[in-house]
Amino acid sequence: MSLTDKDKAAVKALWTKISKGADAIGADALARMLVVYPQTKTYFSHWPDLKAGSAPVTKHGKKIMAGVAQAVAKIDDLSSGLLDLSELHAFQLRVDPANFKTLGHCLQVVIATMYPNEFTPEANVALDKFLSNLALALSERYR
Amino acid sequence: MVKWTDFERATIQDIFSKIDYGVIGPAALSRCLIVYPWTQRYFGGFGNLYNAAAITSNPKVAAHGKVVIAGLEKAVKNMDDIKTIYKDLSVLHSEKLQVDPDNFNLLADCLTIVVAGQMGAAFTPEVHAAFQKFLAVVVASLRKQYY
Repeated sequence: MSLTDKDKAAVKALWTKISKGADAIGADALARMLVVYPQTKTYFSHWPDLKAGSAPVTKHGKKIMAGVAQAVAKIDDLSSGLLDLSELHAFQLRVDPANFKTLGHCLQVVIATMYPNEFTPEANVALDKFLSNLALALSERYR
Repeated sequence: MVKWTDFERATIQDIFSKIDYGVIGPAALSRCLIVYPWTQRYFGGFGNLYNAAAITSNPKVAAHGKVVIAGLEKAVKNMDDIKTIYKDLSVLHSEKLQVDPDNFNLLADCLTIVVAGQMGAAFTPEVHAAFQKFLAVVVASLRKQYY
């Protein structure tokens, strides 16, 4: 399910509208994932506080969205564009790739709550495809 | 036997008392058909599903969206025994409609996004978790009679 030119245009158009709120989106999506899918907390046992609004969650949400921004910029070649991030996740973080889908879903829910008019079904399908391809690129170096 | 906390029970009742069934049902189903187009395989008799605009304005999709949400209401009214209440629906989906049960999760995800869009900031992580749990029970009950 690779990205068509139409998909890429839709993702870039949506990103233009939401990128100013990226930090808030990232923080909410991460906090939400930790609550809705508690098994994901296992990756953050080193954090003193996992609650929404806490310092570690806010800071990390920002980091995640910087990664998403990198992916939007490299949308024409996600596998090479995200190679450094893939190596990080594969060799150091060793996050089970199934969780990429989980976080992707949470990101979309947050975007729906914050930008209901912009997150039309057409924008939804393009973003869902993009996040799936992003996840695949992140998994590139795992084995 | 599923154990619901007071918060979860109240949250589910609250969500379903506030949403407009006539809007949410059709919106969730049409979004599912658009975002996951392979789900259209089950709706061959619905006429024009050619693009997002056609799907969104298709009267059969809208009517069926209302049927789906009416089915969910049954679960909302019987939260303590969804498995039993859904026995016939599960047999229907398995034997007559022959729907791949993985599709239930796709529709559940779209419903979550539509409800989230409606509720905005009120769709907090805790409310989201309760809604997710409810849908997980619904999906498990719908899968139960497949063999």
